[in-house]
Amino acid sequence: MNRYPLWKYITVVVALLIGFIYTLPNFFGESPAVQVSSAKATLKVDTKTLERVESVLKSGNVESSGTFLDTNGVKVRLKDTDTQLKVKDLLEKQFNPDPSDPQYVVALNLLSSSPQWLTNMGALPMYLGLDLRGGVHFLLQVDMHGALTKRLDSVGADLRSLLRDKNIRHGGINRDNDRITIRFRDEETRGKARIVLEDSQPDLALADQGEGNDLRIVATLKPTATKKIQESAVKQNIGTLHNRINELGVAEPVIAQQGADRIVVQLPGIQDTAKAKDILGRTATLEIRMVDDTPGALDAALAGQVPFGTELYVERGGRPLLVKKQVMLTGDRLTDAQAGFDGQSQEPAVHLTLDASGSRIFKEITRENVGKRMAILLVEKGKGEVVTAPVIRTEIGGGRVQISGSMSTVEANDTALLLRAGSLAAPMEIVEERTIGPSLGAENITKGFHSTMWGFAAISAFMIVYYVLFGFISVIALASNLLFLMALLSMLQATLTLPGIAAIALALGMAIDSNVLINERIRDELRNGAPPQSAIHMGYDHAFDTIIDSNITTLIAGLALLIFGSGPVRGFAVVHCLGILTSLFSSVIVSRSLVNLIYGQRRKIESLSIGQIWKPGNNGSAATTK
Amino acid sequence: MELFRIRKDIPFMRHALVFNIISLITFLLAVFFLSHRGLHLSVEFTGGTLIEVNYTQAADLEKVRQGLAKAGYTDIAVQNYGSSKDVMIRLPLKEEQSSAKIGEAVMKVLDAEAPGATLKRVEFVGPQVGRELAENGAMALLLVVFGIVVYLAFRFEWRFSVSAIIANLHDIVIILGFFAFFQWEFSLTVLAAVLAVLGYSVNESVVVFDRVRETFKKVRGLDTPQVLDHAITSTISRTVITHGCTQLMVLSMLLFGGETLHYFAIALTIGICFGIYSSVLVASPLVMWFGVSREHFVKPKKQIEGANEDGAVV
Repeated sequence: MNRYPLWKYITVVVALLIGFIYTLPNFFGESPAVQVSSAKATLKVDTKTLERVESVLKSGNVESSGTFLDTNGVKVRLKDTDTQLKVKDLLEKQFNPDPSDPQYVVALNLLSSSPQWLTNMGALPMYLGLDLRGGVHFLLQVDMHGALTKRLDSVGADLRSLLRDKNIRHGGINRDNDRITIRFRDEETRGKARIVLEDSQPDLALADQGEGNDLRIVATLKPTATKKIQESAVKQNIGTLHNRINELGVAEPVIAQQGADRIVVQLPGIQDTAKAKDILGRTATLEIRMVDDTPGALDAALAGQVPFGTELYVERGGRPLLVKKQVMLTGDRLTDAQAGFDGQSQEPAVHLTLDASGSRIFKEITRENVGKRMAILLVEKGKGEVVTAPVIRTEIGGGRVQISGSMSTVEANDTALLLRAGSLAAPMEIVEERTIGPSLGAENITKGFHSTMWGFAAISAFMIVYYVLFGFISVIALASNLLFLMALLSMLQATLTLPGIAAIALALGMAIDSNVLINERIRDELRNGAPPQSAIHMGYDHAFDTIIDSNITTLIAGLALLIFGSGPVRGFAVVHCLGILTSLFSSVIVSRSLVNLIYGQRRKIESLSIGQIWKPGNNGSAATTK
Repeated sequence: MELFRIRKDIPFMRHALVFNIISLITFLLAVFFLSHRGLHLSVEFTGGTLIEVNYTQAADLEKVRQGLAKAGYTDIAVQNYGSSKDVMIRLPLKEEQSSAKIGEAVMKVLDAEAPGATLKRVEFVGPQVGRELAENGAMALLLVVFGIVVYLAFRFEWRFSVSAIIANLHDIVIILGFFAFFQWEFSLTVLAAVLAVLGYSVNESVVVFDRVRETFKKVRGLDTPQVLDHAITSTISRTVITHGCTQLMVLSMLLFGGETLHYFAIALTIGICFGIYSSVLVASPLVMWFGVSREHFVKPKKQIEGANEDGAVV
């Protein structure tokens, strides 16, 4: 009755093996590495970059213990921190010849030093949270109201030009908070306007108001449109943050949306919060300036004599360009940039949308400068880059600008991205900040590790003394629980935090409950005179219901924490829930298979090694089953 | 080794009233301290800035305080934590101070007034985040209570689920009462511990209730208090051993876990101690007073021909 079929043993062995393999990477520690990734959206890191890194290493006579390419960039694994610094300098010099205009991010990093075959299997060490590795955590709140008013301003400008195009007279268009009011003198025009607006502005909800001479249409954004704007605002801000954080040279930044309007930024290993905050808050902008095409001026500039009031730039594609210093329009006025195609020529193009005052300014510029060239510059870190310099053919009104000509689809996409990423869609505010020093991180790991280790040791000692062989089996089950839990956390790449380590410890402290229940039940059965084999059988059987019930109630609490928890609570809850699930398997199946292996094969057992069992009526020692 | 050598069932239910009165008094005291003193909430809930710095020698708190006061900070709390070298500075939320510049400003002041400090940790929490955390905490608590009541009602009987949740909620209040009385810092991690305790001590009640159900089904001729006494007595050894083991782990956290896990471990310790008491000695009498009886578990048997009395019970 206490024999498992072979497949059950195999399942247990396979589970343990998988657990072991996936836990393994955590024991290899980490080795220093240097990571090269792209600093610009237009620059891709590929096998060519890898070859370049390798050739740089070769020419610098540095021995690396491996270079490889992954989604984050090229990584070079090195022997010690001295070579790491040396290689970083070497690569920095080669990849960023001009330090003021970095093309690549060259960052120090740590790589797991587990063997390659483990990494190939997807067995990675646990991902440590900031409180364990040190770094900065920011929670940024995106000002949605700001994003919406910005959008409504541009809609207002659209409406103005739309009504003018259709020859509909109105008595003024105003934005008041989150609504646009358009005034009309008579019912008929209002009706006409309404039809036009309904056709061309699907995002607006329209309502008629007022009477007599004071007729109005009040337009508000539909909830779906609002949602879309908010979503794209957060996305754009995340994109902008990505670009900016690249400059910091952080190996593995985390930039993610949290909730509807928040962005989490985690920068492991960064200690200089001041600089980080400075860079996050900075605005990289778009500038529109005029090109100086005065004959001879460019040649003079190339010869070293830049005319007064102008600057020399190199256009993308390599042609030199003389641009006036006076800024006509900045990226603050840009509300959107999308890649697309030219309506007539079907060439790839970038469509820009300007807000109300931006459109007005742009219209004036284009009217006054027909036939001349204007330059669109992206200014980052005080340094400009000419994205494109098209010739103005006609006056452009309505705030919709199209940049086209000699661009591939990829270039159009990249330019749109660059332009979008240059500015924030909506202002952001830091609502939470956490800085953890690197020493504190290491301290936290040691503390968490020690608490778990000593707690485990104490429980093991007690269990073995109290339940002898069955206690030993329980300890093995508990150890396998720890193994499964660590393997699962490594597999899922869930972030391990200090509360997470506490949850591991607590999970072990609570998991032993199942084994205590089982062992006590078996003793009960023996006490009631059951023969050893059936005592084991009945003990496990009876305890199982109780184990399920008690684990489910604990799991309910864990799930509630997981659903409503954030930050440290979430880290705790993930491990807590996983721990309950693994403990069910290890304390029931693993321990049972061990018991079956030991006792199930024998035909006749005199006694079980489960410690002394005292029966009422006897004088203690008489009834031992030892 | 066998710790418990109990010959007869211990008559716990005879003293049910006493246990419940003790429990009620503790509960009322906890409520009194909670309402009177309130919880000492961490920055995570209240919003504000927390800065931890480390000095190479024992820190001069007075200097730090004066320096910060000179720089125009009001309502600051400066205290040691862990050792005399570690200083914790708390600053309340200020309307006019823009987001997160405070951390650096304070470090600048410290460099000037009490040099030699290295920054260990900065935590800044805006006002809206704190409020949300408190709301989410309350929601989590409600969900746990609801989930457990429903599950136990489904698995056992409504009398059991209601008594279990009353007994264990009062544990929660008592833990909070301790935190209010000693003015220990109540952080998010402690909240996690409190909710974990709720799940954990309900688990204790479940084990006892399981035995109660089994005893009702198997043993005849016992009245309700006797059944409860029997169930508690026969699970008491498991109760003490299990909680002892969990407490060993928690104790290890208390000893080795450092500052961050300190209050987490304390909350668990209180929770475990009161959890045993309430889920055994409070929940069971409540079940009895709610009028649980054998009929709730044993369905009236149809007389099957040829079956003896025990035959139908398989």
